[in-house]
Amino acid sequence: MSTEVKEQETETEAETEPAESPHQTRRMEQKRQRAAQRDLEEEAREEIDDAEETVEIKVFRFDPEVAGKEEPRFDTFHVPFFKGMTVLDALIYARDHYDSSLTFRHSCRQAICGSDALFVNGTQRLGCKTQIADLEDHLNSTIRIEPLPHAEVVKDLVVDMEHFYDQMEAVEPFFDADELPDGDLEEQRQDRENREKIKMSTRCIWCGACMSSCNIAAGDNEYLGPAAINKAYRFAMDEREGENRKQQRLNIIEQEHGVWRCQTQFSCTEVCPKDIPLTDHIQELKREAVKNNLKFW
Amino acid sequence: MYEHDVLVIGGGGAGLRAAIAAHEEGADVAIVTKLHPVRSHTGAAEGGINAALRDADSWEDHAYDTMKGSDFLGDAPAIETFAKNAPDEVINLEHWGMPFSREDDGRVSQRPFGGLSFPRTTYAGAETGHHMLHTMYEQVVKRGIEVYDEWYVSRLAVTDHDDPEDRVCHGCVAYDIKTGEIAGFKADGGVILATGGLGQAFDHTTNAVANTGDGPAMAYRAGVPVEDMEMIQFHPTTLPSTGVLISEGVRGEGGILYNDEGERLMFEYGYANNEGELASRDVVARAELTEVNEGRGIDDEYVHLDMRHLGEERILDRLENILHLAEDFEGVDGLEEPMPVKPGQHYAMGGIEVDENGETCINGLYAAGECACVSMHGANRLGGNALPELLVFGARAGYHAGGRDLGEAQIDTGPSAMSEEEDVDTPVSPGAVGVGDEDVAADGALVEPSEVIDHHVSAEEQRVTDLLEKDDGVNHAEVRADVQETMTENVNVFREEGNLKEALEDIRVARERYQDVYVRDPSRTFNTDLIHTIETRNVIDVAEAITLGALAREEFRGAHWRKEHQERKDDEWIKHTMLAWNDGNPKLYYKPVVLEGEDKTYEPKERSY
Repeated sequence: MSTEVKEQETETEAETEPAESPHQTRRMEQKRQRAAQRDLEEEAREEIDDAEETVEIKVFRFDPEVAGKEEPRFDTFHVPFFKGMTVLDALIYARDHYDSSLTFRHSCRQAICGSDALFVNGTQRLGCKTQIADLEDHLNSTIRIEPLPHAEVVKDLVVDMEHFYDQMEAVEPFFDADELPDGDLEEQRQDRENREKIKMSTRCIWCGACMSSCNIAAGDNEYLGPAAINKAYRFAMDEREGENRKQQRLNIIEQEHGVWRCQTQFSCTEVCPKDIPLTDHIQELKREAVKNNLKFW
Repeated sequence: MYEHDVLVIGGGGAGLRAAIAAHEEGADVAIVTKLHPVRSHTGAAEGGINAALRDADSWEDHAYDTMKGSDFLGDAPAIETFAKNAPDEVINLEHWGMPFSREDDGRVSQRPFGGLSFPRTTYAGAETGHHMLHTMYEQVVKRGIEVYDEWYVSRLAVTDHDDPEDRVCHGCVAYDIKTGEIAGFKADGGVILATGGLGQAFDHTTNAVANTGDGPAMAYRAGVPVEDMEMIQFHPTTLPSTGVLISEGVRGEGGILYNDEGERLMFEYGYANNEGELASRDVVARAELTEVNEGRGIDDEYVHLDMRHLGEERILDRLENILHLAEDFEGVDGLEEPMPVKPGQHYAMGGIEVDENGETCINGLYAAGECACVSMHGANRLGGNALPELLVFGARAGYHAGGRDLGEAQIDTGPSAMSEEEDVDTPVSPGAVGVGDEDVAADGALVEPSEVIDHHVSAEEQRVTDLLEKDDGVNHAEVRADVQETMTENVNVFREEGNLKEALEDIRVARERYQDVYVRDPSRTFNTDLIHTIETRNVIDVAEAITLGALAREEFRGAHWRKEHQERKDDEWIKHTMLAWNDGNPKLYYKPVVLEGEDKTYEPKERSY
C-alpha cells in the first residue's frame, strides 16, 4: 500500500476514524520510513564491522528440489560473536541476516525440546546447549555444522526422525500397571530410592544424538538403539510397572536387534546432552534379561 | 482430504490430554501439530502442578487462592470446575507412571508456591512439564492415537455466516512441512485448538520460538472473540541474556532475592511484607523492575536470586535442573554464586474465549490450555496453575467433543454476551490491511462441510503460492523483530498511554510492511522460511490485540499496571476486555466477570501478600 493512498483514506474517514493530526501523520510517515530501512543484511554488515570478535560457521546445505542445492555443499557465514553465544544463536543469526532458506529444527532453545541435535565439529551436540566459546579455537578456525550422521537428510540440517521414533515406540514405551489403588485420590506408592534409580533415564529428550553416534546402529538398521533401550530401562526399573508388560518388554529388548548388540563403546553416553548413563543402563538390562531367563529356566 | 471425528491442533499438554479424553469417549481422534509432540513447550514447564490432594487442604481453598490471585478477574464457574477436578487429574498422571518427586512414605510430594495458602504444588524435580509431556505422549502411543506431526495448521475451515455465533467449524487446513502438501482435515465432532503460548510477540520471553499465538490468531480471524489479552504474565525470574526460565520452585524451596546493595528487597522496601519472595508473580516482577528503575539493580538490569543457603543436597534433590540451566545459559554456578534474574514475558492469561466445556461461540470449535481463556487466571496466573489447567480443561474439551454430556456451561460466550461497547481512542486504525486479509469471506454462501473445507484449502494454496512465487520483498524476520521490540519496549510490566499508542503505530507499520513479505526459499521441502512467515502474521494479530486491551483497561489489576491509573477500580472494571475481529475492523467490548460460585459469591478484597 502506498503512502499516498493511506493519507487519502485518513482524510476521507476523518469523521469516523480517530483523526490523525498533522503531527501524527508526520510521525507515522517517519515510522514507515524507519521500518522500511530496516534491512537485516545491512545490519549484519554494520554489526560485523563493530564486533570485537567474529566467528565463521560452515554449514551443510542440501535441498532435493532447489537448483544448486541438489548436490550437497557447504556455505560459510560470518557472524559477530557475543559472550554466551551458542551454535544455535549463530545459525539463527545467519538465517535471519543472510539466507532465510537456511533450515534447521529448533524451538525451546533451552535443551528440553530435543529438536536441534547437530554434528558440530565432528561431534553430536545440541546446538542450543553448545557454547561457541567452548569449541576449540573458535575465533580462529571455522566451526563445521552438519546434520546428524547415519540419518537421512531431508534438507540442510534437518534429518528424517521417523526411524528414531519407530525404534522408540517399538519398546512399548508406556506405563501399564497390573493393578491401581482403588481408593479415592489414591496414588501408587513409590520409594524415593526407586524414583532416584529411574531419574536419569526419564530425562531423555528424544534428540537422537546417541543413535547417531552409535556404530552398531549405523550398521544394523533394526537395532533398537540406546534411546529406545533406555526408555525400556525407565519402565523395567520402575517398581510401579506391571509384571505382564515388564515381561513383554524384556522379551522385545532381548531379541536379535536388542541389548545384546551393544558392544559397550560408550559413544552414546559421551554425546548424551542430558548426561544419561546410557551404556550402564543397557548393561543393567542385559543382566536383567539373564536373571529373567534363569527364572523361567 | 483427511477425516476424523475429532481433531486436536497442537501436541503439547492440553492437546495430548484432549486427545486421550476424546479417545476414551470412543472418538476417532487425530492430533495435528507443527512440532512432534515431545518437542512442545509444555516440556519446559518446571515448577509443578497445584492440586488439593490432602485432607488438610480443600478444593475450596485452592479455588479461593486462584480467584484472589486472578485479582478478581477470573470467572468462578471456571475456577471451581478447575479446583475440583485438578486432584483427579494429578492422580491420573501418577497412574500413567509420571515420575513425581516423593515423600519418605512414597506418596507424591507437594511444595509451597507463590500465592498458595497450602503447599499443594506437586512436582517432578524442576522438570515437571517434561515428565508430564512425555508421560502423556506415552499414553497417546499406547492408545494408538494418530499424530500428524510437523503439519502446520494455518487456517480453520469455518462457515461464512454473518454472525460468528451461527458459524460452524468443520475442520482445518494444514501444510505438511516435510513435503509441502496442503490438505483439508475434516472433523464432524469438533476441532480443539491447543496451540499454547504467544510469547513470540515479545523479544524477551521464556516461550519457545514456536509459541507464535497461532491458535488465538486463527480463532480471532475466524470470528471468535479474544478475551483479556492485555493480561500478560511477566515471570520474575528469567535469565537476563536468553529469557530462560528459573522456576518459582527456587523461591518455593527458600530462595531469596537481593538487590545491588545486598538487601532482601521484598521485605526491605515493603513490596510483600508477609509473603516476601513468594508473593504473586506480578508483585515480584514489579518489585524487581522498581529496584532497577530506582538504581538498585545490578548492572542496571537485574537482581540476584540466591539459593546457596539451601545446601547442595537439597538443591540437587529438588532443583538440579536449575543448576544446569544457570550454568548452560548464563554461565553461573548456582551452588557457588547467586543467579542473575529479571522479569520476562512468560504466559498469556487471556486468549480464545471459551466456556467451562472448552467451547467457543463457533459451533464445533474448542480451545484449551494457554491459547484459551476460560477464564480462570483472570489478571494474574498463580505459579503451578497452568499445568493443572491444561489437564482439566484439555480433558473437558476432549470429552465434550467426543460426545460426553458435561452439563450446561455457566459462562456465556460470543458477541451476544456483550454488556457494553468500548470506543477507545487509537492513533491508527487497527485490523485488516487491504483485500484478502481476512479468514472468513462473509458472503453467506458457504455452508456444506466439504465445500467449506475446499474453499479454505484453495485460499491457503493461493496464499502459499503467492508467497513462494514473489521474487522480492520484505523478509518476515525484519517485521517480526520490529513487533517484538516495540512490545517489549512499550507493552511491558509498566504501561503508559503514550507508549501503548506508540506500539499500535509500530504494529500498524508492521502490518503494512507485511503486505510485501516474500519467502526467499522457493522449495516445498521443509520450508521453515514459509512457516515462519505465516506465523509472523499471527504474531502481528496477537500483539495488536494485547496492546488494544492494554490501552482500553484504565486501571491497575493483577499483571496489568497503568501509569495513569494506579489503582484497581472495582466499580468500573470487574469485567472482561473482549476483542472481536469483526471481519477486519476490530471491535472492543466488555462482558461481566462471574463472581458467583456454586455455593458462594467471591467478594473482591485487596490483594496483599
